[in-house]
Amino acid sequence: MEGAHDMGGVAWSGPVVPEPDEPTFHAEWERRAFAITMAMGMPGGWNIDMSRFAREDRPREDYLAKSYYQIWLVGLERLILERGLVAPDEIAAGKSLHPPKPVAKTLTPEGVAGMLHRGGPTEREATTAARFAAGDRVRAKIIHPPTHTRLPRYVRGHAGIIERVLGCHVFPDSNATGAGENPQWLYTVTFDGVELWGKESDPNLTVSVDAWEPYLERT
Amino acid sequence: MTGHDHDHHHHHDHDHSELSETELRVRALETILTEKGYVDPLALGLLIETYETKVGPRNGARVVARAWTDPAYRARLLKDATPAIAELGYAGRQGEHIVALENTPALHNMVVCTLCSCYPWPVLGLPPVWYKSAPYRSKAVKDPRGVLKDFGFELPAETNIRVWDSTAEIRYLVLPMRPAGTDGWSEQRLEALVTRDSMIGTGLPKQPHEVA
Repeated sequence: MEGAHDMGGVAWSGPVVPEPDEPTFHAEWERRAFAITMAMGMPGGWNIDMSRFAREDRPREDYLAKSYYQIWLVGLERLILERGLVAPDEIAAGKSLHPPKPVAKTLTPEGVAGMLHRGGPTEREATTAARFAAGDRVRAKIIHPPTHTRLPRYVRGHAGIIERVLGCHVFPDSNATGAGENPQWLYTVTFDGVELWGKESDPNLTVSVDAWEPYLERT
Repeated sequence: MTGHDHDHHHHHDHDHSELSETELRVRALETILTEKGYVDPLALGLLIETYETKVGPRNGARVVARAWTDPAYRARLLKDATPAIAELGYAGRQGEHIVALENTPALHNMVVCTLCSCYPWPVLGLPPVWYKSAPYRSKAVKDPRGVLKDFGFELPAETNIRVWDSTAEIRYLVLPMRPAGTDGWSEQRLEALVTRDSMIGTGLPKQPHEVA
């Protein structure tokens, strides 16, 4: 989707401002927002692509005005409301008003270390041969789906070189909509700065993205 | 998105009331989720404790120092970083598929996630605010030398810069160059030179005279 989250190459006035000795969290509410989001993945049953879409699918002004964990918070609210795990009147009241919806599993204290250690590997066994090989010239397709995609705007329509074949991975564009994992070959594609940004670009710049096969066409 | 302390679009007094509203909202949500039995407060505490005290850039520093001192390890790391990093006990969430990027005198690597905040948690912990901020996400792929200036250093103009945009579930860890003047240093001593930013590519390792 065309959202404010897709920031690569967008003109931005301010400098990057590093914070010396930055803490992991800047407020207690950030700790809580982080933890409830992580813990709700298990009973909620959504996948990482659904949660990314829930965060990015919002008006540009809203996305830009919210801090990082504020976006996590509204993303979480949306995911639990969509699944009927919590009702709007409960959010408004700030307390539980209805019986819980049965969930398959919850995250127990004993389960935390294992959940984090397992993570969520996305590589799947390939059922087709990879269409591209290292060294092939490809072009990123010009696509503008209204749904979730991981092909950033700034590479669309531009030509690059397949640098690495990364295996067959869960395809976010399908996974985010509930259409299934639909694994696709994933490649590191490298673009020259001049190809992306024109002749004013730093001549010694190259930019790589990881792109699934459906994002690419042979040139 | 705006940062917390670097918010150029809001006034601070305005921010304060907004944050209070956010605090109330988070508290209410946690209450509802706990009352319904979806989340366990002890599990929440463990999640927070893990990322505040156990998982952070000192993990990555161990990986880098090992690669600086053990050529066989370095070769394994550059060939397939995920199992090499797991040898030191670091694995899992947001580090399921890690690739190590070797800096050389001719090539400097820098990592970004222009679409959100992808970052190799098992070796670097949770990302800093600047990494998730609009200025970094917009500028890194177009003007990385400008970003490096924001961090206070410059690379020679002839050094190639490769920016890696983490658009999939591959996570990138920069292997910085070992500083000169560290011959014979132990792995543990070298670890102190490895900064978080040097493993993202927005900084360089400390020089020997900078550590006691």
